[in-house]
Amino acid sequence: MDAEVAVVGAGPAGLSASIEAARLGAKIVLIDENGKPGGQLFKQIHKFFGSMEHLAGLRGYDIGNKLWQRAMELKINVMLNTTVFGIFGDKTLGLLTTMGSEILRAQRIILATGGSENTIAFPGWTLPGVMGAGAAQTLINVHRVLPGKRILMVGSGNVGLIVSYQLLQAGAEVVALVEAAPKIGGYRVHAAKIQRAGVPIMVSHTVKRAHGRDYVEAATIVRVDDDLKMIPGTEKTFDVDTICLAVGLTPLSELAWMSGCKFIFVPTLGGHVPIHNEDLETTVEGIYVAGDIAGIEEASIAMEEGRLAGIAAAESLGYAREEATKLKKEIKERVQQLRRGPFGEDRYLAKQRIMKVAPR
Amino acid sequence: MNGEIAPTKAITLEELRNTPGFPSEKRLSLGRVAVIECPEEIPCNPCEFACPKEAIKIGQPITNLPQLIEERCDGCGICIPSCPGLAIFVVDLTYSKTQALVEFPHEFLPLPKDGQEVDATDRHGKVLTKGEVVKVRNPKGYNSTPVISLAVPRRYANEVRGILGGVRIG
Repeated sequence: MDAEVAVVGAGPAGLSASIEAARLGAKIVLIDENGKPGGQLFKQIHKFFGSMEHLAGLRGYDIGNKLWQRAMELKINVMLNTTVFGIFGDKTLGLLTTMGSEILRAQRIILATGGSENTIAFPGWTLPGVMGAGAAQTLINVHRVLPGKRILMVGSGNVGLIVSYQLLQAGAEVVALVEAAPKIGGYRVHAAKIQRAGVPIMVSHTVKRAHGRDYVEAATIVRVDDDLKMIPGTEKTFDVDTICLAVGLTPLSELAWMSGCKFIFVPTLGGHVPIHNEDLETTVEGIYVAGDIAGIEEASIAMEEGRLAGIAAAESLGYAREEATKLKKEIKERVQQLRRGPFGEDRYLAKQRIMKVAPR
Repeated sequence: MNGEIAPTKAITLEELRNTPGFPSEKRLSLGRVAVIECPEEIPCNPCEFACPKEAIKIGQPITNLPQLIEERCDGCGICIPSCPGLAIFVVDLTYSKTQALVEFPHEFLPLPKDGQEVDATDRHGKVLTKGEVVKVRNPKGYNSTPVISLAVPRRYANEVRGILGGVRIG
């Protein structure tokens, strides 16, 4: 099988990349290992932040539906239940489908593989009932199963705050949210939503251990000092049946490593990130990254980066050269706006650092 | 300092009064008006486009804090469900001799009924007083963010921001 552009991952970045590249005329194959497209969009039941251009105000699943509908209108070739198990020399992708393995030769590749949840280890962390906040979110919003009735949430970034709110909506009690840093990490408006619902947010606190024989029955939290060292004697134990970890994400970058992309370590963006230029092209010519693999941010930026990578890939194949310059400029301006303010500035600077070392 | 420490405080009224989305005392005294409790420069602007009176200004860059142009606001409340942060309220200090009306988003089931007496809560979920549900609005355009109008004793108008509610299982 051949493609002009192979897009790996059908989340907000991959769908947006496919749509833009297809719109400009490129022949796309969009691949996702899941049975459904949309990445994490379909479990986002809250209204999205952002500007009206980013469909802000719509709920995540509605944005997912819109993108999917557009991809269908453009008759994009989508392969679901298909894992890219490797990328070999000269942009050959190894695919594992439900029928067996297959080879896809592409002229350009856009990696939009997303991120994976981080975890922290503590005594009792292997007990059933300790899970990623994203996993809990999938359980309640996709499978409609409440993972527990009494929850301890660990981490106050937007994921921890939003998933706490959604657990409340699903009928659980969030007994407490602990945050090791001395202040709330996510937006205060998200924090305010769960504070209004009576959830205590304990900053400078972390989980010390989970108790229970066969499953989580209680948790001990402890205060930490400025160096994040536990302060003996400040422990508190209370009954919970679920401990959710919302302690950040890491770019899912195996395919970029395998392709020989050069990396840079940027803690602000979640760890090792493939070096990429303004057009999201990596150090391997013709391989692009977009979304969380290019640095952990959020869905509005993932969509914009996807669009940018899709346009750049199509442009490099000779499509819509005049239009592309204008489109890319508009997107870059919008992305820059999203990276302003106290929450965006660090990411903006981190991205600048990456682009400085990237090939032009 | 190894003793108990209290949970992190929610944003205070004093902090909010210093943001451009909070109406003046004078405007509040005149009746229905939007109260925007959005204290951080985050990239978000649906409220600006929701307002038919152009009474909310964000402009460029979209990380600007929303500014309430209070003389234009008639307190229609259409901005309440438009805010992804659920951070917009409407307060009417002229509702009755003794009561104020507070309107807030409430995304929990089951919804209270019109006329129901409920526990009114503050920014920490603490019960302050009893309130009477005057109206629950949940039209399609609100996109599953119901808005509750609650009558409470007037002195709680700037504190009440919700009701005890939501499903409690087990």
